[in-house]
Amino acid sequence: MTSTLVFLLGLTVIFILLIGFGIFWAIKSGQFEDMEGPAQRILMDEDDPMLPSNQLSDKKK
Amino acid sequence: MSVSESCYHCGQPVPGGVGLSVNIAHQSRAMCCLGCQAVAQAIVDNGLSEYYKNRTALPGQGHEVLPDELKKLALYDHPDIQRSFVIDSDEHLREAVLILEGITCAACVWLNERHLKQLPGVKSVQVNYASHRARVAWDSREITLSRILQEIQLLGYNAHPYSALQADALRKSRRKKDLQRIAIAGIGSAQAMMLSVGLYAGNWYGIDPDTVILLRWFGLLLTLPVVTFSAMPFYRAAWSGIKSGHLNMDVPVALAIITAFIGSVWVTLFGGAHVYYDSIGMFTLFLLGTRLLEAGARGKSVESAENLLKLQPTMAIRLRAGQQEYVPVLDLVGGDCILCKPGETVAADGMVVEGVSTVDEALLTGESRPVVKQPGDSVIAGSVNLESPLTLTVTGVGENTVLAGIVRLVDKAQAEKPRIAGLADRAASWFTVGLLIFTALVGLVWFFVDRSQVLDIVLAVLVVTCPCALSLAIPAALAAAGSHLIKRGILVTRGHALETLARVNHVVFDKTGTLTQGKPVVVDVITLADVPAAQCDVLAASLEQASEHPLAAAFKGRVAASGLLAVQMARNHPGQGVSGETGGQCYTLGNQAFSSASHDVAVEDYARRYPSATLVWLCDATRPLAVFVLEDPLRGDAVQAVATLKARGIEVSILSGDNETTVRHVGNALGVRNLHWQQKPQDKLASLQAIQRTGAIVAMVGDGINDAPVLAGAQVSFAMAAGTNVANQSSDIVLLSNRLGDVPQALETGHATLSVMQQNLFWAVAYNLIALPFASLGYVSPWLAALGMSISSMVVVLNALRLR
Repeated sequence: MTSTLVFLLGLTVIFILLIGFGIFWAIKSGQFEDMEGPAQRILMDEDDPMLPSNQLSDKKK
Repeated sequence: MSVSESCYHCGQPVPGGVGLSVNIAHQSRAMCCLGCQAVAQAIVDNGLSEYYKNRTALPGQGHEVLPDELKKLALYDHPDIQRSFVIDSDEHLREAVLILEGITCAACVWLNERHLKQLPGVKSVQVNYASHRARVAWDSREITLSRILQEIQLLGYNAHPYSALQADALRKSRRKKDLQRIAIAGIGSAQAMMLSVGLYAGNWYGIDPDTVILLRWFGLLLTLPVVTFSAMPFYRAAWSGIKSGHLNMDVPVALAIITAFIGSVWVTLFGGAHVYYDSIGMFTLFLLGTRLLEAGARGKSVESAENLLKLQPTMAIRLRAGQQEYVPVLDLVGGDCILCKPGETVAADGMVVEGVSTVDEALLTGESRPVVKQPGDSVIAGSVNLESPLTLTVTGVGENTVLAGIVRLVDKAQAEKPRIAGLADRAASWFTVGLLIFTALVGLVWFFVDRSQVLDIVLAVLVVTCPCALSLAIPAALAAAGSHLIKRGILVTRGHALETLARVNHVVFDKTGTLTQGKPVVVDVITLADVPAAQCDVLAASLEQASEHPLAAAFKGRVAASGLLAVQMARNHPGQGVSGETGGQCYTLGNQAFSSASHDVAVEDYARRYPSATLVWLCDATRPLAVFVLEDPLRGDAVQAVATLKARGIEVSILSGDNETTVRHVGNALGVRNLHWQQKPQDKLASLQAIQRTGAIVAMVGDGINDAPVLAGAQVSFAMAAGTNVANQSSDIVLLSNRLGDVPQALETGHATLSVMQQNLFWAVAYNLIALPFASLGYVSPWLAALGMSISSMVVVLNALRLR
């Protein structure tokens, strides 16, 4: 009984370390700096088909 | 075309007969003005019409990009100026943070990102939705910064570089640290709670004593980082409170955490009834969470306020041996000769040596009318040259300018500002003292009754009365009110402001630019000959076509650009007016003395009817045709705002730098009797302090540089976002919408916030008073204590959320 508990607690320690490492990495890489952006950005198509007018303006430049 | 039609781009009604349209997604859409048309066309031409599908809010009205503005943008390419905000990543790669003005919804951000990305030479664009700042990287060989700024302007937005302030970097790193603390507290408390579920279950069903010890030790291990790392800010704040001699809210918090932890460690080591590791974790997590929210709301306000501080190129044209050269203002020394072109801001205090012009000093002195400057007159740095080039000898730069003097006055006023002690701190001091005395008493009594139970009971008392709800009561209310206000365009930049607002009983307004719009408008046209008023309008606007004078803008706005007549021999007569020839007739437009035709007309009648107005005379070669009456009109909601304030029993005064007649006129229109005129910045501050000495709690509303010291000196202050940087910086609240109606609105929110804070405090204290006797008699088990604590905190937070 106690040995199972010790094993599970040991597993918890490993998971906690993994989670902690993950969160610290996310904080450090600035993922919490813009909390609204990603939610909005996903709705906008980045790769809509090249419209004729789009190409035209590219040529102009 | 019906009048009810609205502009497809900005949503404003389309005036009849404009007939502008843009073809968007194969459909012709009506536009209200040339500006909107140009912006919409630019969006369509760049293949970005997707924007119209995705937007959820309408943008501001487009404005035509004037060649002069583009020339000013070119200044940003100057290496000396770039030094302050551009990072050179490598030899050619440059990076800068730009502040985007005019962002109303996510589609705007998309529009800017997409458009800039397709420019050749732009390496990356990242727009932050929350702060409206864009990080742009570009190759200096392929594209210039001014070109990037110009492209943003073509889309109808305004961009200016942001020089990363130290405060900003500090705020970012502090936020990261806070998030780390929360992460640790979250992980720790969640796990500790799992363990305590095991312990509670064990209490109920029976448990092996060895397992209890194992679980307690593991709980200790999990809580150690929470207590040593996550709860650090509370210890620090509590310690600085104790050192400075007053007990703040953090003292009981730190005390609860430390005693609960030490007590639990004691129980873990030597045996006892309960450990409180889960409560410690949750308590810390809750408090850190609300403080992060509060800091977030405040950080957002500060960020928006910083976005208002435009980084303007501070360059001047120095004349040396007949040569013009651009130099940074810092390099100017007394005695230098500088040239100030029309439309430019005067870079340094100086004396006119050549040229005649009028300058606008409204922001510095509050004087609403432009002032004529001739050789020998002195000019103040920060005023705007309106008509023709001026050559100045520099008399003061940097620290020696009048402007710098005003800034020093701001600092002084800030230091002398009467303080109002916050509700939270006052509540905390007596609560802490009371709690400590009570706990000591309980401990003492139990020491004589049953020595073995002392520790358990004292711990239970501390956890039950854990000041969680009490310390959440105020930050939760402030955070909720702050984010509610920012949605209405009211930016609270200092935390104390909301509380102070509820106590305000005297509001002082500046006049020019605050109660009034700050720019003149034609309020009446009196025709003197057989030429109809509409024709006079067209003639006046045509004559003023080329002029930069603020009065000229008033005329130009009255006639559609397409209806203007061609004018030959147009001439600007500084301080007098303009003249020109059209349709073979010679016309003059200017003050009464300008044309001999208007010389002898009697004006007493007009002067009586429009005491504070500027009269502008339109004459042909022989006779006066019309008199235009120009006034700086009141803002649309000024009357309403003042009336609302007075209805609530709040005193209203006006402090203005303008002359007596004008101030009296405005005062009569608004029904304000408390008037002060011709006030210099130091006079304004003195008048304010005189009002404060009568015991009034004053809110000041202003916009100009001359208002900055009063804004800083008032207990709470509002600045118009359209006003100057100095004013925005010196005030506690910025009205982003520039609406005066927001002042009573903010006062109301202040009242609501204060009452929510009081309710919260009442609830928190009541809860503690009820729980205390039970805890001190030993009737509260640990799970009940933890539950009570959570529920009381929840009630407080939910109550605060009503402020939305």
